[in-house]
Amino acid sequence: MTDTLLEIDRLSVDYETARGDLKALRDISFDVRKGEIVGIVGESGCGKSTLISSILRLTAPNTRFRQGEVRFKGQDLLQLPERQMRNLRGADISIVFQDPMQTHNPVLSIGQQMVDIQHRSKASKAEKRARAAKMLGAVGIPDPEARLAQFPHEFSGGMRQRIAIAMALMSEPDLLIADEPTTALDATLEVQIIERLQELQQEFNCAILFISHHLGVIAELCDRVVVMYAGAVVESGDVREIFHDPKHPYTRRLIDCDPGHIKERARVLPTIPGEVPDLANLPGGCIFRDRCDQAMPRCASHVPPLIQLKDGHHAACWLNHKEAAE
Amino acid sequence: MSLLNVKDLKTSYGPVNVLAGVSFTVEPGETYALVGESGSGKTTVIRAIAGLAPAQEGSVTFEGREIRGASERELRPLRKDIAMMFQDPVGSLSPRLTIRSLITEPYRIQGMKDRDLDAEAKRLLEMVNLPAHFADRYPYQLSGGQARRVGVARALALEPKLILADEPTAGLDVSVQGELLNLMNDLRERLGLAMVIITHNLNVVRHVADRMGIMYLGRLVEEGTTEAIFKNPRHPYTRCLLSANPEPDPDARLERIALKGEPPSLLRRPKGCEFRERCPFAQEICTQTPQWEVANGHGLRCLAPLS
Repeated sequence: MTDTLLEIDRLSVDYETARGDLKALRDISFDVRKGEIVGIVGESGCGKSTLISSILRLTAPNTRFRQGEVRFKGQDLLQLPERQMRNLRGADISIVFQDPMQTHNPVLSIGQQMVDIQHRSKASKAEKRARAAKMLGAVGIPDPEARLAQFPHEFSGGMRQRIAIAMALMSEPDLLIADEPTTALDATLEVQIIERLQELQQEFNCAILFISHHLGVIAELCDRVVVMYAGAVVESGDVREIFHDPKHPYTRRLIDCDPGHIKERARVLPTIPGEVPDLANLPGGCIFRDRCDQAMPRCASHVPPLIQLKDGHHAACWLNHKEAAE
Repeated sequence: MSLLNVKDLKTSYGPVNVLAGVSFTVEPGETYALVGESGSGKTTVIRAIAGLAPAQEGSVTFEGREIRGASERELRPLRKDIAMMFQDPVGSLSPRLTIRSLITEPYRIQGMKDRDLDAEAKRLLEMVNLPAHFADRYPYQLSGGQARRVGVARALALEPKLILADEPTAGLDVSVQGELLNLMNDLRERLGLAMVIITHNLNVVRHVADRMGIMYLGRLVEEGTTEAIFKNPRHPYTRCLLSANPEPDPDARLERIALKGEPPSLLRRPKGCEFRERCPFAQEICTQTPQWEVANGHGLRCLAPLS
């Protein structure tokens, strides 16, 4: 496949801890094609952050890659020498972090930081500055020339996040990773950011891996969605398939829980009772079994594989296997 | 008589007037939501009610008694009746105290020596659906949702009449968020609690609030029953806020109304209607200053309201 940009192939990652190995990611597979927006949805502890740091190889020292590959343009990043990896980060793959208040250096002007980030470019300082101003304009900061001289505290949270996006896009990366970029922002700003991301994605034609637990944002922005639960992919597919015809009970109930769905005032809102399993001491069988309202005997003994149901729609649930459901 | 009556409350930090006159009432057993962008003054309002932020002008009466500007000594007995739930669930719990100490601290502060603290801890944990053995845990051993519930337990310890909740569901996963809202709805009905909830999550407001007020630059711009506001927002800012609510449906056709620009600086409040420069519906008349007007229980500060 020539148009595949990033392939996560059967990736398993553990954290070595005093309590034993914490199985943070297990057998993760999905891909991101060129110029596509893929959303990763999941709740706290599902492994979203481990996944991002694994792609960028910015993992904690106790991380152990147990199996699998992270192929970027066909090359396994996990095998790359650190030197080459450094050249890739920020250039081919860049990232926007969750907290816009802590992304920028507080004692350097925004202009200085935007010039510094172009350290790989051979252009003159004036050219770099002009380019920085242009990028600020592109993310909708008014009067960009003058704003370059200002410091991070002189910008609002929404503006700072837009500046972070501008900086991430300066190198025209092939892949932009956005790690909950709107979580810390108000609804109006959230919408502003996702609309801006959509425009920029068209303009720069980069792929975006968009991590969020906000289903509304995912539904609006993404082409495809990967649903994660407790360190595993439970479902993935086209955004319409996932939201209109979910094939994993976790996905279905997660969507049910979103109060954005419920237009009339509800006395009791739906929830998913129970807790995420302990990743250091995983139960056998399906990881969602304890919280699932459709669990069968087979779910206790056998881990359901992630299988393709129809074109591009994958789910890991025994309900989708005829012989098991009978 | 309203349980809480906030009237023309004003707070300034030096030249920055954060609250430019906020008025609203809360009836016994009622849930009132304050909604607005970051920096609109929501948190300052409830902190000023609780006596945790200054308020130079205006009045706050609780059960008819004036409490604005009350001294710490005067406020202490009142804190039995007005409890606060803070925004950061883990940060608002002392890391060196057990959950038992944390949720029974209000009894010690109020000098209620006759209470059996172990029994109270057990009762409170049960009330918020946490297992009794959690009493011996420390805050770092809790998940975000559990820490929230400890916050609720602590707020409930003294059986208050009013709870002030600052972003009670911020940072919670959706599956847990419902749990907390259900718990708060349930407690409100059983104990007849009144609540003031601050949130920018409009989906939450719809399910918990009886009435809501929308704040912009330290003032209310619209107020009414939650139902009326969701059905027919009259102020353009409210309309913008409601339209900026991404729906979990990829085919949802949103008639989104974009807000122009950034919130203006509180140091340079715009003349006339303060929302005018960002308002997609602004008209010539909006250069005049709109007054607060109430019709059929629906308050509005707008010279060109939407129908």
